[in-house]
Amino acid sequence: MSSMENFSPTHLINVTVNGHVEQRSVQPRQHLIDFLRDDLGLKGSHVGCEHGVCGACTVKLDGQIVRGCLVLAVQADRKRVETIEGLTQSGAARALQAAFVRRNALQCGFCTPGMLAAALELVETKPNATRTEVREWISGNYCRCTGYQAIVDAICDVLAENAEAAK
Amino acid sequence: MKPLPPATEHSRYIGQSVARPNALRLAEGRGTYVDDIELPRMVHVVYWRSPVAHARILKIDASFARMMPGVVTVVDGAEMAKICKPWVATLTHLAGMKSAPQYPLAIDRACWQGEPVVAIVANTRVEAEDALQYLVVEWEALPALIETETALDPDSPVIHGDLGDNLCFTRSLDTAGVDEAFANADAVAEVTFQFGRHTGVTLEPRCQISDYNPSDKRLTVHHSQQAPHMMQDLYSRQLGIPESHIRVICKDVGGSFGIKVHAYPDDFATVALSVMLERPVKFVADRLESFTSDIHARQHRVTGRIAANKTGEILAFEIDDLTGIGPYSMFPRTSAIEGNQVVNLVGGPYRHQQYRAKLNVVFQNKTPTCQYRGVGHPIACAVTEGLVDAVAQKLGMDPLAIRQQNVIRDDAYPMTATSGIKLEGLSHQQCLDKIALMMDYPALRAEQAELRKRGIYRGIGIAALIELTNPSAAFYGVGGARISAQDGATIRLEPTGAITVMVGVGEQGQGTEGIFAQIAADAVGVSMTSVRVVTGDTDVTPYGGGTWASRGAGIGGEAVLQAGLALQKNIVDVASVILKRHASELALVNDAIIEIATSHSLMPLAELGRIAYFRPDSLPAGFTAELMVTRHYAQRDYPFIFTNGVQASLVEVDVDTGFVKLLKHWVVEDCGRVINPMLVDEQMRGAVVQGIGGALFEECLYDDAGLLQNGNMADYLAPMAAEMPDIEVAHVETPTKTSQLGAKGAGEAGTAGAPAAIMNAINDALYPFNATVYSQPITPQKILRALGKV
Repeated sequence: MSSMENFSPTHLINVTVNGHVEQRSVQPRQHLIDFLRDDLGLKGSHVGCEHGVCGACTVKLDGQIVRGCLVLAVQADRKRVETIEGLTQSGAARALQAAFVRRNALQCGFCTPGMLAAALELVETKPNATRTEVREWISGNYCRCTGYQAIVDAICDVLAENAEAAK
Repeated sequence: MKPLPPATEHSRYIGQSVARPNALRLAEGRGTYVDDIELPRMVHVVYWRSPVAHARILKIDASFARMMPGVVTVVDGAEMAKICKPWVATLTHLAGMKSAPQYPLAIDRACWQGEPVVAIVANTRVEAEDALQYLVVEWEALPALIETETALDPDSPVIHGDLGDNLCFTRSLDTAGVDEAFANADAVAEVTFQFGRHTGVTLEPRCQISDYNPSDKRLTVHHSQQAPHMMQDLYSRQLGIPESHIRVICKDVGGSFGIKVHAYPDDFATVALSVMLERPVKFVADRLESFTSDIHARQHRVTGRIAANKTGEILAFEIDDLTGIGPYSMFPRTSAIEGNQVVNLVGGPYRHQQYRAKLNVVFQNKTPTCQYRGVGHPIACAVTEGLVDAVAQKLGMDPLAIRQQNVIRDDAYPMTATSGIKLEGLSHQQCLDKIALMMDYPALRAEQAELRKRGIYRGIGIAALIELTNPSAAFYGVGGARISAQDGATIRLEPTGAITVMVGVGEQGQGTEGIFAQIAADAVGVSMTSVRVVTGDTDVTPYGGGTWASRGAGIGGEAVLQAGLALQKNIVDVASVILKRHASELALVNDAIIEIATSHSLMPLAELGRIAYFRPDSLPAGFTAELMVTRHYAQRDYPFIFTNGVQASLVEVDVDTGFVKLLKHWVVEDCGRVINPMLVDEQMRGAVVQGIGGALFEECLYDDAGLLQNGNMADYLAPMAAEMPDIEVAHVETPTKTSQLGAKGAGEAGTAGAPAAIMNAINDALYPFNATVYSQPITPQKILRALGKV
């Protein structure tokens, strides 16, 4: 084995992250979450398990939520990525964030950005979701602190607010 | 419930469900967890960990690994030991306790799967992991001791030869009349309980950045930790660095639950590496190594007996607890505490006069166990409450009625319970009455009977509990551990009229900083928007113990209250000088100095701040405005301040599949003065769900060779939203008289009571089949086995 071997061949990608086009060279093996955190400095999404179970790294890819640890950065080439930073700045997550704070639906906050991304997709795609459906929907996102009830309450609050506003 | 008199004269926030000021920052992804921090010249360490339960390390060949791109160094245990001393984790007040010297990296021999052996440091985490693949370690397997049941057998391998046997700690307690009580009893029930090993699974894994600066010989450690001053002391002593040269910073911590209150071998190794390399070193455990290197908890086998007479009076409890703690007692709190707690706590809510307990804490070749949320309480509560239900069934008594009959009366305190623990003031009777109303107990029983006729098997489980909080030095200090029982708070008035509050107790999500802001605002007399709370920095806050044993609100909160009241007095003294009025005529309310007689505002606090800081020339000669105050608090009246509560669970068992559906959970808790009802409710709910995890799902499953079989998030079953019930919480407030605030702890009681309530509910559901399950986690398989279906 030679120490001069190239262990890091890279690939040029163009990704629109939170509305900005980023052109970077990445290793084909690099996960999207590591690209976002390490290369772009977007620390809002977290790494909890790196095997696609906990949901802490949930981000939006072309409008749909994905696990940042199960998608490679190269798979995001020519796609749109939205992270908690973008969802906050655009105001998309504002109602949920307010409800989470009001209900204390977060404690340590480590799962929260991923949980909010998942909750936002529910609010956007299933405006009539029942409490049971909310519980099922967020079961891909682990929270070790809250016991989930306040999270369910907060999401149901936003669903109710939206239903009221649509009347 | 009659409200308590206010804790301060002008109370606006204490007792209110105020949202946490620091929550929005986290909800917007603006937290600062350790892995978010990047420092100049920082390198990354990964550890080669023992792949087997017990092995002799024959040879470490790092030559290939060192050739990999980006590798900075490869360090083994012998090299590490030159700069970091080994430790032996015992406490002197646990008589006879023993453990073996433990090193940051194993030398010659690894004693559990997951023990760190070799450190590889590289420029990036990716490069360090790449190099790890090229590290060649030769080892030979040694006989492993896996089962606790055989740990003390003469022909079992002794893990540490120098210790003579595998016994870490043993304790007996006997009130002398136990045999007589059992002989005279009308009913005796005996049950053997099993409690599986589980672990904390903090969503943020353990992590730290150690940054040693050789120029000024200062060590800065960014740590995801609960006890920064404890770690400062330990790094100082193990590495020989003066304590005053060490700064430990704990900013946002992604869950702790006790997992992050211990000093791990890789903590010391990471610090030692930064001392060796003279640059920042980051360690972040990945999830797979978290499962084998984070502490585990709760592996107990308890045989218990209970005696009662035919009127339902409980006469005696007897237990024999065997627990396995891994190959080393964990530093510095030790791994004997959990078993010791079980001995102290069994029978805790009741009036029985006789009690005998035996505890054996044994070594084994599995991941070390130590204090995790609840520490012994979930076991003691499940044993006690399981036995109470078992004897009630023999007597044909209702589970609620036997508890109402036997709990210590609310007017009997202070008193010493049969195990010797001192109880200041509890409210079992009020709590039981309240929960019966909340759940509409008679209606639930009627519904249960009706549904049984239709082949639907519901169960109702009740668990009364006590919980140890607000610890004095009796927990660790008297045993020689340098873990502060005292905590402090400093409050500074800023020229703008805002206040800055610095506290030794930190935040890991409980809402600690939020309640400190509430207390400080009320004590000083300012709005919460004018309060900034700073925690988690040994360079900044008063010295303190940090977060453990449910001490944050009771100990830290009292220090904040006293500091706030003292600052308020000083501020009024300044106002008195400025306004040329007697201090007794003035008060500080709602950010302004007012005239007490008329409630008229005389001066905004910001104006007082301006004069005091920028125009002291206008104040009389000889007068100095003291606008920063520190107060400390240590609870010294009792070893611990116990809280109490009761939980109830409603479940439905599918007797064909063994699946348990959690329909509802109720909690009545008494943590003394409730500073923030919403936060207490959320502590209860989160803790109940962790208790449910242990009761139904979570177990670190090992094979016969001592290899963890389910050490990942997919196979280790942490509770998910869909399977959890709604949890209704109510409060009874019996404030502790040991402090002005009157608050006791609230963070662990949920975990203490839930496993007992769930287990009793399942066994209640199985009653028509004469089947019982006392082995946690209570899996569908165990239920079907109890039903004779598999």
